[in-house]
Amino acid sequence: MKIPLSQIAHARSGDKGDTANIGVIAYAEKHYPILLREVTAERVKTFFGSFVQGRVERFELPNLGALNFLLHESLGGGGTLSLRIDAQGKTYGAALLRMEIEVTPGEL
Amino acid sequence: MIRIANGQGFWGDWLEAPVRLVDQGPIDYLCLDYLAEITMSIVQKQKLEDPQLGYARDFPPLMGRLAKRLKERGITVIANAGGVNPVECAREVKRLAPDLKVAVVLGDDLYDRVDSLLAQGHTLANMDTGEPLATVRDRILSANAYIGAFPLVEALRTGAQVVIAGRCTDTALALAPMIHRFGWQETDWDLLAAGTIAGHIVECGAQCTGGNCQVDWQTIPDFANIGYPIVEAEPDGTFTITKHPGTGGRIHSDVVKEQLLYELGDPKNYITPDCIADFTTIRLADTGADRVTVSGIKGRPRTPSLKVSIAYQYGWKATGSLVYSWPEAYAKARLAERIVRERLSQLGLEFEEVWAEVLGFNACHGPAALPVPDVPEVQLRIGVRGPDRKQVDRFTRELIPLVLSGPPTATGFGDGRPPVREVVAYWPALVPREAIQTRVEVIA
Repeated sequence: MKIPLSQIAHARSGDKGDTANIGVIAYAEKHYPILLREVTAERVKTFFGSFVQGRVERFELPNLGALNFLLHESLGGGGTLSLRIDAQGKTYGAALLRMEIEVTPGEL
Repeated sequence: MIRIANGQGFWGDWLEAPVRLVDQGPIDYLCLDYLAEITMSIVQKQKLEDPQLGYARDFPPLMGRLAKRLKERGITVIANAGGVNPVECAREVKRLAPDLKVAVVLGDDLYDRVDSLLAQGHTLANMDTGEPLATVRDRILSANAYIGAFPLVEALRTGAQVVIAGRCTDTALALAPMIHRFGWQETDWDLLAAGTIAGHIVECGAQCTGGNCQVDWQTIPDFANIGYPIVEAEPDGTFTITKHPGTGGRIHSDVVKEQLLYELGDPKNYITPDCIADFTTIRLADTGADRVTVSGIKGRPRTPSLKVSIAYQYGWKATGSLVYSWPEAYAKARLAERIVRERLSQLGLEFEEVWAEVLGFNACHGPAALPVPDVPEVQLRIGVRGPDRKQVDRFTRELIPLVLSGPPTATGFGDGRPPVREVVAYWPALVPREAIQTRVEVIA
């Protein structure tokens, strides 16, 4: 079945130049394997579409039940150059939580 | 155990936070983080206009206000308030708080050394693009090396009650008192990594005590009186994140996890001047109400280089907006955008970028935004950026005419035409550690 990512995870996002980072954290440790399987770098890049001009990298933090994503070239030049209202990607974490993931009832 | 508080996450953070940290419970060290990258170029401009300025001007009055209490309670302040003029900052602190011993850390400011560094063969090439610094040499506004905790420790050893640095890392502020009090050595990589991660957790102030937290934000108590963070640090590198009793906010492992991931790159390689910290070794435990204990942290040897941040004049930008109301507010806004773009084109204006976004519809989340039906109103926001100030200025006249000559229900033009702002960009580079010599001065 499909559920929004927000049902099992929370997130915080920020910036480093023109790269945004999104930390995605499972509320419960047992849901970390779902994050690993469902929230891939490719899916994150597709989800943000034209907002991410560069590549998306994913890093794993099993000790925190968390994934860290780097979205390169995603802030309109970043920091001082950017013409965007969210030049620092502060809201990207909230956006990603709307992504639908596939789970089995037994996993939840 | 020592208690290290952080009362400022950036220059412009809540003015009352450091005062409350001093008043509402015991602390040994009060750290204040004032410097974002943009701040360095701002203070450099202020110094060029007035050689007695160029530092965080909020800081000396705060020291004047707290001087008596700091002395009575034996609290030491560590702040990167010095900007590009730590000595003048310290003199102003001495003027307002003459009874406090003040030390400054110098040597991070490379503004006057750029040419000699280049002459010595340090290319200061852009870390991201590889371009040589010559590309922007004549437009440099500031240049600073990020220094670590050990120069701050040297300042603490003078017995100063106020230590003022320029461009030190945010994490060094909290790490320095641990090194100083626990006698940690320059090769104690695990301990230095632990103190660095403590510094990372508290460097954004209340962002680790419930601020900007998605977890149950509706029930986080008393934001108006939110408690700023305190690290209870132990000599073995374990530490607890807490806040004064009775203050607002919430500290829980979920909250701390969000802040650990904030502005993080590769979690195994968090590089600072002091060490490389491995975030995949962190163990968190909820050990009481508003208490999270952190342990298990591993570190690795520091790199041979220091990062340099160079600010340079890039160009100009302006952003203006118009509001359109229901019905079909979004369609009206996009039509207005097309009209503006056509007129800019007719005028022959050329920009590096013209960006339009629609607030209330998808400006923050772009293609990832929740699709919504006909919304009550939207704000069209159009910006341009380019090298020619005159062309950017000409653009600022192209929005307001649409109130009478474009699609219906335009409003929200009360602020008139938008200001043209200078764009300062950043040039990240590396220098060998040996090229940077820091020193400490006690200000009489």
